[in-house]
Amino acid sequence: MRAFLVAIGETGWFLLTILRASGPRRDFLPDLLAQIYSVAVRSLPIIAVGGAFVGLVLTLQGYRTLASYGATNSVSTMLGLALYRELGPVLTALLFIGRAGSSMAAELGLMKATDQIASLSLMAIDPIAKTVVPRFWAAVIGMPLLCGFFCAFAILAGYLEAVYALGLDAGFFWAGLQNSVDLYDDFVVAFVKSAVFGLLGALMATHTGFNAEPTIEGTSVATTHAVVNGSLLVLVFNFILSALFFKS
Amino acid sequence: MKANQARLDIAVGAFLLLAFATLMALAVASTNGRHNLSVEQVQLSARFSNIGELRIRAPVKIGGVTVGEVATVELDRESYEALVRIKVDSTVAIPADSSIGIYTAGLLGDRYLGISPGGDPESLKDGDEILFTQSAVVLEQLISKFLFNGQDDKEADQTPKSETEQK
Repeated sequence: MRAFLVAIGETGWFLLTILRASGPRRDFLPDLLAQIYSVAVRSLPIIAVGGAFVGLVLTLQGYRTLASYGATNSVSTMLGLALYRELGPVLTALLFIGRAGSSMAAELGLMKATDQIASLSLMAIDPIAKTVVPRFWAAVIGMPLLCGFFCAFAILAGYLEAVYALGLDAGFFWAGLQNSVDLYDDFVVAFVKSAVFGLLGALMATHTGFNAEPTIEGTSVATTHAVVNGSLLVLVFNFILSALFFKS
Repeated sequence: MKANQARLDIAVGAFLLLAFATLMALAVASTNGRHNLSVEQVQLSARFSNIGELRIRAPVKIGGVTVGEVATVELDRESYEALVRIKVDSTVAIPADSSIGIYTAGLLGDRYLGISPGGDPESLKDGDEILFTQSAVVLEQLISKFLFNGQDDKEADQTPKSETEQK
């Protein structure tokens, strides 16, 4: 219990440190762009493929279940609401943490193990501002955008399957989405959730990586912790945010 | 190094542009796009003895066309009626003697409000109340009425049919 509280306190303190170190800096933008490239742009393939297959399987299972009630035209309603409310943000976050969070933690752990962080301090460069801050903001900015790609690919794949494989009507598919998905209550909430998950995942990854034991073993432990704790935190906060946003 | 940096910038720029384009496309193609924030709306109210499962933001329709939505639902503490406030597009002139009813989309679908326009040349203004209302039809009450009326007919009607209950 005590260790748990200490861990929460350290993580919260680390978040404050990141925010304080986020002030304007000469090479902040190039660093941020480089991190957006390695964190978000290079996660695009896994997000796109993952999204497409989630859309396919949701459409397939939804169709099979709804067919027994003769309500197959509602399959797009189910697909859209499930994606925007829960699956889009959560699955994007889990894939993102597995793909980018682990590499963030490993990079920072190795920098620590090879004394690169210590040498930054020696050169009077704030190591958090130089190494952690660009990664953190790249994840916070990148996650909602990746969630958009995830949802787009899932809906597109669901559309293709519903219309061309299952023989549903294309008009009903889009009308079902447009009638039931609310722009603010569902769509915007998905991206708010996504940004929160980006923050949580990046916070866990950079925190564990930056404070890793400066050994090879410490790096591997930090990577594991980044993925496990980040994923759990995302799932817990998903429930809390859902309970807050979808009260009625 | 220079060329590499330029390639990276292009990749990130393309990613950001594509992402925002995707978000816009999703918002337009797959949501209800409540763009009517800019449309001026008038607020009207109506009292019902029973609103069924009418929810906030249920549509208000005239002739099946959505012209507004339910803003609030609350209980009138004095008359114990449900006080429903609705927001309607101000370009739609609703005659003052119009009536409003709670209907169900399909047999078991969601509740919505339907306005049947009257013939009064005067139209309702912001804050007015629609006086002619028709409450929700509660399916269970209808069924039980039907069942018990059927029994009454068999038992050589000793008790007069209760018509006091307002549906």
